[in-house]
Amino acid sequence: MTIEESMGSRDQFPVGMRVLAVDDDPICLRLLEALLRRCQYNVTTTDKAITALKLLRENKDKFDLVISDVHMPDMDGFKLLELVGLEMDLPVIMLSANGETQTVMKGITHGACDYLLKPVRIEELRNIWQHVIRRRKFERRCDNDPDGREDGQKSQVAKSEDGQGAADHSGKINKKRKDQSEVDEDDSEDNMLDNEDPSAQKKPRVVWTVELHRKFVAAVNQLGVDKAVPKKILDLMNVEKLTRENVASHLQKYRLYLKRLSAVAGHQASITAAVGVRNPSYLHMASFNGLRNYCAINGSKQLPILGSLQQNGFGRMNSPMLGMHALLPSQTVQLGGAHKNASNPCNDLGKIPGIILQGNHRVNLLQGVPTALELEQFPQPKLMQEAKSHFPAGLSDSGLAAGPCSNSFPNVTNNSLLVQANKQHNQSGGLDNFSIVRMPSSSSELFEIDLQDVSQFSSISRCDGSWQGAVASTEYSANPLPILAPYNHTDIPPGNVGRNISTVTSHPVTRTLDESPNIKAVAPLCNPTTSNGVNQVRLLSASSVPTALDKDPKFSNFNIIGNSQQKWDYTFNPNAVSSASSSSSLPNLRITDATAQCRTSEFVFSNKNLDVDSIGQVNFGSPLITQNCMIDKPTSDSQLNFKGEYGSTSFQSGLNSAGCSLDDLVNAMIKPERDEIAFADMDLGCDVYSLGTCM
Amino acid sequence: MESSSLQRQLANLKKSLFDQGNLDEQFYQLEELQDDASPNFVEEVVTLFFRDSSRLVANIEQAIEKCPRDYGSLDALVHQLKDSASSIGAAKMMKDCTVFREYCEKRNSEGCLRSFQKVKKEHSTLRLKLENYFQLLRQVGPAEKATRSGK
Repeated sequence: MTIEESMGSRDQFPVGMRVLAVDDDPICLRLLEALLRRCQYNVTTTDKAITALKLLRENKDKFDLVISDVHMPDMDGFKLLELVGLEMDLPVIMLSANGETQTVMKGITHGACDYLLKPVRIEELRNIWQHVIRRRKFERRCDNDPDGREDGQKSQVAKSEDGQGAADHSGKINKKRKDQSEVDEDDSEDNMLDNEDPSAQKKPRVVWTVELHRKFVAAVNQLGVDKAVPKKILDLMNVEKLTRENVASHLQKYRLYLKRLSAVAGHQASITAAVGVRNPSYLHMASFNGLRNYCAINGSKQLPILGSLQQNGFGRMNSPMLGMHALLPSQTVQLGGAHKNASNPCNDLGKIPGIILQGNHRVNLLQGVPTALELEQFPQPKLMQEAKSHFPAGLSDSGLAAGPCSNSFPNVTNNSLLVQANKQHNQSGGLDNFSIVRMPSSSSELFEIDLQDVSQFSSISRCDGSWQGAVASTEYSANPLPILAPYNHTDIPPGNVGRNISTVTSHPVTRTLDESPNIKAVAPLCNPTTSNGVNQVRLLSASSVPTALDKDPKFSNFNIIGNSQQKWDYTFNPNAVSSASSSSSLPNLRITDATAQCRTSEFVFSNKNLDVDSIGQVNFGSPLITQNCMIDKPTSDSQLNFKGEYGSTSFQSGLNSAGCSLDDLVNAMIKPERDEIAFADMDLGCDVYSLGTCM
Repeated sequence: MESSSLQRQLANLKKSLFDQGNLDEQFYQLEELQDDASPNFVEEVVTLFFRDSSRLVANIEQAIEKCPRDYGSLDALVHQLKDSASSIGAAKMMKDCTVFREYCEKRNSEGCLRSFQKVKKEHSTLRLKLENYFQLLRQVGPAEKATRSGK
């Protein structure tokens, strides 16, 4: 909407200018409303900052101006100011009875267009429309500049994006951009202006879709979380209409998110991240070749985590997920990680433990022990869906367990895939993370991976953060879960199947897992194929797969992700999977998870220097993408869900989620109010993420 | 005449409110905002004010009696009260609140108590006066509008 247009539509401007007034004092608010009405503005009032934010976010174009009090009980006025500026880029006027220079200065530096003292006079209010016009004009002007550069940069970036060269290119580009932004940034007051917005005059709101988020995370990973600079990220992402400010604010949120994740569950995070990564990215485990054992289960220890991972969402996932890794004959039960992620979504869903064991084999985590393992070990699988108990149960429980996802895991049992990557399960419900234990083979079934297991994973992860086992059992130092290789049945305790598996199998893997946030490996099975069925749950966790994993495990774990690259049709039917719990939610979750997972996995992966590079990386990058795609579900939904979950659950598995719809995650983080996907287990994410970062 | 004497009374009451410093120009602003769309705007806002401020005063009372006294939250409460008062133009109250706040900052217990008493007193005085005012206003009726807008 150009200014002209908007002006045209409101040619009586400033009459009819839409103002949002926020003040906790009812008298002031009433007065303000009356005054504004007297000026012939269109007024909306609220006494809560949170409500105001919600209103603003709902419809970006709904308001022209925001007037806010400084002292509010639910949120500091300056904070609101910042958020509005970052997200919506609307002019904000501060109001306060406190007229001290310092306070006024603070307001201005935070980006306020103006600072009025109470009691407000009508004369002052008559002029506030100037700010709207001024801002628009300024934006437009700035837009023109970046356009040229942006295009050029974009092309450059595009080229470089493929490789690591992107950084270089972005460097160059950044420089250009930097010049511009430096100039811009000098205008403290105009900070909020989106100068670099090449698009419409009125900066369009950026919706951080899963895909976008994925790219963002990929870019951040590439640069390194600590070193990631908005400009560079922007260049790497190479997305049109994305401004540096958008990226900057998103980055800020992302960092907060990560912090939260790490804070939440040291281990679990990793695990969940690995597993839970709700993103199907984990599920990508499919491609997880080497990681097989690694399966998320990483180290038996981890397994339990998986279970715990699930807890987040799945609740069910008790751990068998971890066992999943045993599943992986080749599939790294990424469950764990994914699981976590999944948990979030899964949580809702029924938390399909990321481990979506591809139906086939129930995730023979134990590779050999296919069903036995599965079932025996994990009584969990039963959780999943009783039906699944077969495990995929093996898988599922082990972590792959898509946990409660009872959804589709049925197949899992067969395939020794165990979890391998197929753990799509995560997708299932909460896919949290369940890393993708993609069970390569029978993916058709998809992973029934007992999502439950997944949940387990999540729970597992939760437990120790351990999901790592499931995924990257990074934490799971104890047992480098060899990707399910040796998954001896024996070990897997029924309950912990997942756990055991981790120990068993992934010993080698687990080791690595320990190092890396296992969660990675367990690529979030979350790739609930809800819609696609292709849950490339990349067990991103694979990436996280602790490098220790004999490289292989890592790899394998990752493989889970990687291997599972093959889209293991994570038929994670959201419906099915979500074990009925939130089938509807599942899909959403999945997607988000998937994305998130993908992302996280990406992230994890990247951070971790996993040897699994090839796979991991691949998974990260690509699978994630695919995952994101896969998930395709209404991005917004997923996002929302994810967000909600993330936010609420602090998707610790950050890693996973990081990958996945980081956006969501971020949103989740940032917007706690979104609790759609009770990504409760998001906790995993954190750790995972942190691990990832460590990596 | 009845109405004119009432009107006179009203005018006097108002004048005294201003003279005594209970009210300031902000009150005029409120009156100006009153129009056909919101005919009882002033009264509404004032009622709102008293409702809210009574609550605040009660909270402050509680906070002040707490031991150990939390000056931080006390200060916040008083600040709020002051804000509200300023919105309707309750000048005297505002001043009293300022004094109160100062004592709070200095953590002067004695001073706090004293100034709080003052605030409370002013609060009830103002309330009483304004209630009278509005009663009269209602009695005077529509004619008052003309008078008021004349101001």
